[in-house]
Amino acid sequence: MKISKESVKYIAQLARIDLTEEETDKMSKDMEVVLSYMDKLSELDTCDVKPAEHIIQVNNVLRDDKTIVSSCKDELLSNAPSKEKGYFKVPSTF
Amino acid sequence: MELYELTAHELSDMLKKGEISSVELTRSVLDRIHNIEEDIGCYITICREEALKRAQEVQERINTGTVKSPLAGIPVALKDNICTKGIRTTCASKMLHNFVPCYSATAAKKLYEADTVLLGKTNMDEFSMGSSTENSFFKITKNPWNRQCVPGGSSGGSAAAVASGEAIFALGTDTGGSVRQPASFCGVVGLKPTYGAVSRFGLVAFASSLDQIGPITKDVTDCALVLNAITGYDSKDSTSSDIKHPDYTESLVKGIKGIRVGIPHEYIGEGVSNEVRKAVLNAVDVLNDLGAVCEEFSLKMTEYVVPAYYIISSAEASSNLARYDGVKFGYRAQEYEGLTDMYMKTRSEGFGTEVKRRIMLGTYVLCSGHYDEFYKKALKVRTLICMEFDRAFSKYDVILGPAAPTTAFKFGEKRSNPLEMYLGDVFTVSANITGLPALVIPCGFDSSGLPIGLQLIGKAFNESTLLKVGYNFEQNTGFHKIRPSVNKAN
Repeated sequence: MKISKESVKYIAQLARIDLTEEETDKMSKDMEVVLSYMDKLSELDTCDVKPAEHIIQVNNVLRDDKTIVSSCKDELLSNAPSKEKGYFKVPSTF
Repeated sequence: MELYELTAHELSDMLKKGEISSVELTRSVLDRIHNIEEDIGCYITICREEALKRAQEVQERINTGTVKSPLAGIPVALKDNICTKGIRTTCASKMLHNFVPCYSATAAKKLYEADTVLLGKTNMDEFSMGSSTENSFFKITKNPWNRQCVPGGSSGGSAAAVASGEAIFALGTDTGGSVRQPASFCGVVGLKPTYGAVSRFGLVAFASSLDQIGPITKDVTDCALVLNAITGYDSKDSTSSDIKHPDYTESLVKGIKGIRVGIPHEYIGEGVSNEVRKAVLNAVDVLNDLGAVCEEFSLKMTEYVVPAYYIISSAEASSNLARYDGVKFGYRAQEYEGLTDMYMKTRSEGFGTEVKRRIMLGTYVLCSGHYDEFYKKALKVRTLICMEFDRAFSKYDVILGPAAPTTAFKFGEKRSNPLEMYLGDVFTVSANITGLPALVIPCGFDSSGLPIGLQLIGKAFNESTLLKVGYNFEQNTGFHKIRPSVNKAN
């Protein structure tokens, strides 16, 4: 299985990761090795097999729609890299 | 014998009888940390003053007879991906180097309610991605048995801490063997409970359908005590199971006559070191002598578990780690032009190499064009693996094998070759893929004195059988009593 540098760059863009030229080279080699190994699964015939969803039996969980005290805003904002007037602050989006 | 060398249940008895105080005990462990931590490197954060204060407060309640838990007053270490209110929780990543949670994980809260004393947060592979703890942003952790060797991973700090007396017991987390393999490499007991047995609320997510928190202890009795404390339904984790858990200490009784043990050929065949195989087969002899009915059988899907695991876990990781964008918490790049560039630079600077590799692999297997070929295929193979284990458990009560194909390896030995590192997980990932519980206990040493771990996989929510078999093995062997000699480096 061949993973081109262009393909690595495309995936990196989707994953929002910036790779240097050198990292792109190494990543394409690593991904080639690992994905080729993962391709081993193609040896198995799975036409009539259902994809696993929940491995341990679970039932739908419902609860009453009640107001409860949650973490306070100041506490949650205390970890923000940048904030202003009680909001998360980010660069302009438009 | 120093206090830090004892087990939780031994110390609990001494605390109850008033022979020692929790403060003395906590001080003994903190002194041990002071003496050897620089050399071993188990912790990312040590809560020295808080621990002493807490021990004092718990001791006052022990004196007035108002504590109930057998773990009251016992010092514990938590892996640094388990959120602790007011205490930095980093996942050993630059991305979360300054993250202080405003709530505690349910498992941490339950241990607090059991009156344990928190010592600190242990080192790990960044976001639990790794099998050697070499992927920590902060430091490496050395194996207490041989400091040229890794402690295993990703819960390497927790396992090394318990083995070296830097904690009486610890919690780790296990997504593909991250409690069990380091337990094996460090010669301690590690359990991955059934998926859903322990709440994942407050555990920083890696692969949500595989992650479980589990105890790392010095013996099986301690394992049962910790399991009693951390299991149970939690409305904050919709995948936690609403079942009645037994008192796990009731499994600590003699007698395993008639218990059916299956040993997969694939777990003792090619690829397993001779010394590991020999120790595992010796363990089978011990169980046979105790009246267990042991036989070999074939688990043909074994060669497919690692590729299936790495597809599913990387896919879930790429999705879970999308939240690290430099907005709500953690690291944010200093220089950027606009929002997208801020995301890109934050993630590129904040994540380490292995984490980026997993995010890339996960994004690849989920993106249109590869989804059916990789991700959906892996979910179908997951079904096949579950079916094979179901069939095996119609014949056996326990599936036995090694925890890892080898004993602890040297630093740097596998780091440059990710696939080789991944292949070491072949015996542990099945329990995560199927959700089944699995216990690792010490079963011998190789010729260089490194510990070997025996793995017992059980039926869903049947931790009791595993503990019973483990306890009987332990009582008839004694490997769990051998501790590494770690002295202050000169």
